[in-house]
Amino acid sequence: MSDAASTEFEALLRRALTPVEPPAELGARLEETLTSISLAAAEELESWELSAMRDPRNWARPAAAVLAGTAAGVALVVLRTKQRSKQRRRASKNVVDLAERTLHDALNEARRLWP
Amino acid sequence: MVDPDTAEKAAVDAQFAELYRQHLRDVYSYAYYRVGDHHDAEDLTEQTFLQAYRHFPRALEESGGRPLRPWLIRIAHNLAANHYRDRSRRPQTHIDESTVLPATHTTEDLVEGRDELKRILAGVQQLPDDRREALIMRFALGMDNREIARAMGRTDGATKVLLHRAIKQLEGIVDAKAKGGDR
Repeated sequence: MSDAASTEFEALLRRALTPVEPPAELGARLEETLTSISLAAAEELESWELSAMRDPRNWARPAAAVLAGTAAGVALVVLRTKQRSKQRRRASKNVVDLAERTLHDALNEARRLWP
Repeated sequence: MVDPDTAEKAAVDAQFAELYRQHLRDVYSYAYYRVGDHHDAEDLTEQTFLQAYRHFPRALEESGGRPLRPWLIRIAHNLAANHYRDRSRRPQTHIDESTVLPATHTTEDLVEGRDELKRILAGVQQLPDDRREALIMRFALGMDNREIARAMGRTDGATKVLLHRAIKQLEGIVDAKAKGGDR
């Protein structure tokens, strides 16, 4: 087979083996796993003995747990907001409308994580 | 003062969320073309990310800043191999073309080249495992030789030869099918 034919075959191969979009349910399930990262940090806070909180030397640990939960939560807000970007683009009338929808989506996600 | 371990974990979790966002489609595409079935591909993708999460901190340390996609695909490859060993079965021979081709190709593509694309997809499934995987990584995931070599644990040179032979063998299979009228 000539080089040109070989290149043409590779182009066909690229079209045949096109990337496959994962089902939305799969993304949702995996997101739950990531959310559990955030929840694990929150549980660490809840299980902290209230009596220990009277001693200021013990305040660093729960504060760090809040920080961990917040950082993981921020990652999730970004993740979920980006995942809906295609839907927003389709629904938007123009760039300003798209920006408003993106902000609205991000705020809704933030409210879900930090009610 | 912030507990350094907890703060570090939060940073690692955020990096993992980014890795997941960037490569969910890659892992799912690899899994789908590897096992030929959406249900098994979902399971394989989920297990890949769960296992990746467990070993992510070490992988980050050892990567030296290199991309982690080959590492993710290698996890998927190992899990798929275990899957077949446990169930004593080979990959599905028929990719569900109805769910792949119409959803990802233009109407013109479908009219002009659908039969040829079908023959190619069927031919890919007939290749030996290592050649099939190399083609999936190159053409479905767009990985370069170096990335494929890392994912497959081979040298760059051996990977180049593997890809060349895979394409030649597939061309032969597709030609034979076309001449034989898809018998």
